[in-house]
Amino acid sequence: MAESNSTRQIWVVFWILFILTAIEVALGIFKPSFMLTNYIIGVTLLNMTFIVLTIIKAYYIVGTFMHLGHEEKSLQFSIVAPMWVLIPYLLFILLTEASFHGAIG
Amino acid sequence: MKDSVEKENLWLGGVRPMVASYGKLMMWFFLMTDALTFSAFLALYGTHRFLHSDAWPIADEVFNHFPFLHGEYPMLFVALMTFILIMSSVTMVLAVHYGHQMNRKKVILWLGLTIIGGLIFLGSQAWEWSHFIHGTYNGSIQLADNSIAHIIDDSSIVNNGDTISYANAQILLDNSKPIYGANLSQNEYGHKTFAQFFFFITGFHGFHVFSGIIILIVIFINVLKGTYEKRGHYEMVEKVGLYWHFVDLVWVFVFTFFYLV
Repeated sequence: MAESNSTRQIWVVFWILFILTAIEVALGIFKPSFMLTNYIIGVTLLNMTFIVLTIIKAYYIVGTFMHLGHEEKSLQFSIVAPMWVLIPYLLFILLTEASFHGAIG
Repeated sequence: MKDSVEKENLWLGGVRPMVASYGKLMMWFFLMTDALTFSAFLALYGTHRFLHSDAWPIADEVFNHFPFLHGEYPMLFVALMTFILIMSSVTMVLAVHYGHQMNRKKVILWLGLTIIGGLIFLGSQAWEWSHFIHGTYNGSIQLADNSIAHIIDDSSIVNNGDTISYANAQILLDNSKPIYGANLSQNEYGHKTFAQFFFFITGFHGFHVFSGIIILIVIFINVLKGTYEKRGHYEMVEKVGLYWHFVDLVWVFVFTFFYLV
């Protein structure tokens, strides 16, 4: 029973990843025009969709395939917390410096 | 009672911190630092893309070939590569799953398929690189100011999105040279840092895939020899599995930021 449950979960995650990737590829090929003209925090709706879908995929890979979802809370936080702090910080610093060169608003 | 004993021994060793073995914990911390390395690369890629946004090539127009097919098929090949890597991640997690059940035959099957998936991915990447390095049949021209232009007809060129006639571009054309394909010093598709970042980031990821395959093969031989059967657990498969999923995870991000955004 336990076996069929966890293999089923693996395949469910596979289909989630597969469908999300297929959506990304379809959007990348067709590039709907309303998604290019609408902006969310300075990023086009299309790119924002890509980024959100990617983070959802990352959540499933790390949570289910890498089994982090079933580890101790302390382990989960010691892996994920540095990312959530350092990566946005890095992006903030680098992209702000790029705007200093007049490249972005 | 058991709780208090464990608390007393907490600082004396013998207790697994975070209920994970030493090897697994260290693999997690290594992967965390490696993730920060890759995010630094991708963040720097973003910075340079903003800096040179006028001359930045569009990935769709660069990587639009598919083996054995003529014509332009943007995204299709890289989507296939992504699919192969996700598939090999699934076979890996199944190998880990049967490892927990001490089912040696199934571990051999799924681990073997994972290695094959990894090899197919590396081969695809080699094909993609070779295409990028050789470039297009017509190539493009590097003008006197080092910017890239494409000839569109007998009388004008396109440079950074502007169409310029030969007469107006004469000074720029005088010291121009034709370039084909991309390498670390020139890139027919646009700004040369695009090519540098492409080679560096996908190369670094490809090297992770390569070393992952080597480690998988070592573990595979151990499974065949029955090492983990004797040891009583297949945790080694789980640890290399963590690494393999991480490689897949990085590719998910490289795919988004190189090919989609």
